[in-house]
Amino acid sequence: MIDLVPLWTIILGLGVFFYVLLDGFDLGVGILYGFAPDRDSRNLVMNAIAPIWDGNETWLVLGSVGLMAAFPLAFAIILPAVYFPILAMVLALVFRGVAFEFRYRDSEHRTFWDHAFCYGSMLATFAQGIVLGAFIQGFQTDGRHFIGGSFDCFTLFSLFTGLALICGYALLGAGWLVLKTEGALQDWARRLGRRCFLGVLVAVAIVSLWTPLMEADIARRWFSWPNIAILSPVPIVTALIAWYEWRALDDHSEAAPFIGAIGLFVMSYLGIGISLWPMIVPYKFTLWQAASSPSTQVFLLIGTMFLLPVILMYTGWSYWVFRGKVRGDIGYH
Amino acid sequence: MALDPLLLSRLQFAWVIAFHILLPAFTVGLASYIAVLEGIHFFTDRDVYRRLSNFWIKIFAVSFGMGVVSGIVMPFQFGTNWSRFSDATANIISPLLAYEGLMAFFLESAFLGVLLFGRALVPRWAYFVAALMVAVGTLFSSFWIIATNSWMQTPAGYEIIDGRFFPKDWFAIIFNPSFPYRLAHTVVGFYVTTAFVVVGVAAFYLRRARFLDEARAMLSMTLWLLTVLVPLQIALGDAQGLNTLEYQPAKLAAIEARWDTASRVPLTLFALPDPQAETNRDAIDIPDLGSLILTHSLDGTVKGLKDFPKDERPPVAIPFFAFRIMVGIGFAMLGLIALSLWLRARRDLFEARWFFACCEIAAPFGFIAVLAGWTTTEVGRQPWTVYGVMRTADSVTPSLTGADVLLSLLGYAIVYLVMYPAGAIMIARLIRKGPSDTATVEPVASGRPRHPVTALPTATTERAP
Repeated sequence: MIDLVPLWTIILGLGVFFYVLLDGFDLGVGILYGFAPDRDSRNLVMNAIAPIWDGNETWLVLGSVGLMAAFPLAFAIILPAVYFPILAMVLALVFRGVAFEFRYRDSEHRTFWDHAFCYGSMLATFAQGIVLGAFIQGFQTDGRHFIGGSFDCFTLFSLFTGLALICGYALLGAGWLVLKTEGALQDWARRLGRRCFLGVLVAVAIVSLWTPLMEADIARRWFSWPNIAILSPVPIVTALIAWYEWRALDDHSEAAPFIGAIGLFVMSYLGIGISLWPMIVPYKFTLWQAASSPSTQVFLLIGTMFLLPVILMYTGWSYWVFRGKVRGDIGYH
Repeated sequence: MALDPLLLSRLQFAWVIAFHILLPAFTVGLASYIAVLEGIHFFTDRDVYRRLSNFWIKIFAVSFGMGVVSGIVMPFQFGTNWSRFSDATANIISPLLAYEGLMAFFLESAFLGVLLFGRALVPRWAYFVAALMVAVGTLFSSFWIIATNSWMQTPAGYEIIDGRFFPKDWFAIIFNPSFPYRLAHTVVGFYVTTAFVVVGVAAFYLRRARFLDEARAMLSMTLWLLTVLVPLQIALGDAQGLNTLEYQPAKLAAIEARWDTASRVPLTLFALPDPQAETNRDAIDIPDLGSLILTHSLDGTVKGLKDFPKDERPPVAIPFFAFRIMVGIGFAMLGLIALSLWLRARRDLFEARWFFACCEIAAPFGFIAVLAGWTTTEVGRQPWTVYGVMRTADSVTPSLTGADVLLSLLGYAIVYLVMYPAGAIMIARLIRKGPSDTATVEPVASGRPRHPVTALPTATTERAP
């Protein structure tokens, strides 16, 4: 029988990455929303993501269920270990998700829903960053179970990755807003984008130093010979993209800031992947050890091969319907 | 008493899914209703159906948004609170859940954006197709989630290796013994739930003499639909009962509060089941009717709870009463439908104010019946998560403390107690505003009027003189 684990690793890896990009930019827009100067610009900012946010969030469901389907052992160990960040994330997403409709329909409490939208986006992002940090640090297990405490995931490192992800998503959000808005609002998005960019730059640098210092395996992975030569393009390309992004936020290009931000995410994601490969429960279980039964993998693969292209097609179509600058007369107004 | 993470996790799951199920119970039916309205409007061009569709789309948007976010909570529950269940069953249930995401969620959310904001941006046929796709998406979703739930109720097509489930036959897993009955009973139940809300809203307008065209269209077409669906639903419920008798006899015994195995059993209308004494107190019985209903034969045998070891019996009182609430509502609905037929025959349907009042009271009946039915089937499954194979007590996450789960349960309690009343108020406000306010001027796309044909008469009258 063919080994499907590499294929499922790619599918799940892409699925999670799609989630990070798509919900990343709309959570980022939510974070920036709190800094918007007035109600008109807040309306436009929200309408820039109103038709697509729930589709983006669907990738989160697919990511969690996909992890359960492809690597159930990882699902059963990681989720209990990040019990409270997951709780915070879903509750924040609840508040943020209903804020779209409620803010528009419930004008007496508009300020409340404004806050729910902004702080909900921020908290959900922070919680995801903590999950990422805890994941990189690894979990206490016994056999097939997590045996640590529910608060073990809160460490200095994971709190830092939480803050880092807020900067990262906000940068994606700023890129999206530059793409979707014009005039003063676009200038505002560029200004905020530059600040987020500096935050991202510092965060990427610190995490890149912190992880090899924390885990000897990761240090060996990057700094032993010949890996150091083979992997050297990763930091170099990242630096080039960072330079491109800084320029893009400064000049008049409209799509470039978003593309640059995506590039930075691709490189960071790749970096984490290289550090942890081939672990799915870091330092304990490999992708192969945590994989589901071959029959499960085949059964789901057949449908996924058909459905994923179709999903990408009509998701693309719905983005295309709402292409161009966000308008005052389409969406909530 | 020490805090028990198992009990608290069960309470938490019951809490989040009870609130979540209210939304699919409403949106599955509403999506189909909107697709029908858009279809009628597309083929007949009668404006009242577009106004109705616009009106219900707004209500759909509020409920669907709440459904999405309360639904995101659900798969995480499996991991955070039921990790041993996930580890043991993931090989089987996770592809079913993944197919739900792949087939349903993306379809719904991609086309919902178009439905909400795209009327002016896409051609009319594409808008109708979008409505259809959202409806199809909700049905796909029901298919896969009911397949998962049914497999937990009547597991099939698996083998157990080292305490974990492995798939042997996917067809048997999906089309497990209770699946067809449960799917039909659930989806028709969802349709009935939505239909009673629509009828209630129509009656609300008729009693206040507002939006008469819209209200009459809603009331008449929906009551016809219910005339078919309510009797069908009762028949489907009966079929599911027969299935439960065969595959989950302990659950059925609990539902009927039968302690001793016997033939010619009575139907217990009311009783206070006493699990200590293993008997019913203050029972009101109708002789022989129990056997007739449950086995379709006067001297059919029904297994009693005493035939099962004590640690394999479900609680009795909860399924017993929940089931009676569900059935009671079912027959109240049937009565209302009979009344509507009688009024139609007398050509009084749009005049009888007392009937409108009854319809308004009946508007939330479907939700109560769905919750009661769900409680019956899920509590009746206890003490198992996978019926007869895996215990609920062996399913919970081992690392959780009682305090952890108490904290998260409080979090869910507070957030849902803010969100759900807010959503309900918003929907009530939309209903009070009514459909005609929604017939706003359509934005003009790329300088052309959207309906050149409807713009034509004005142009001719201008030129004529």
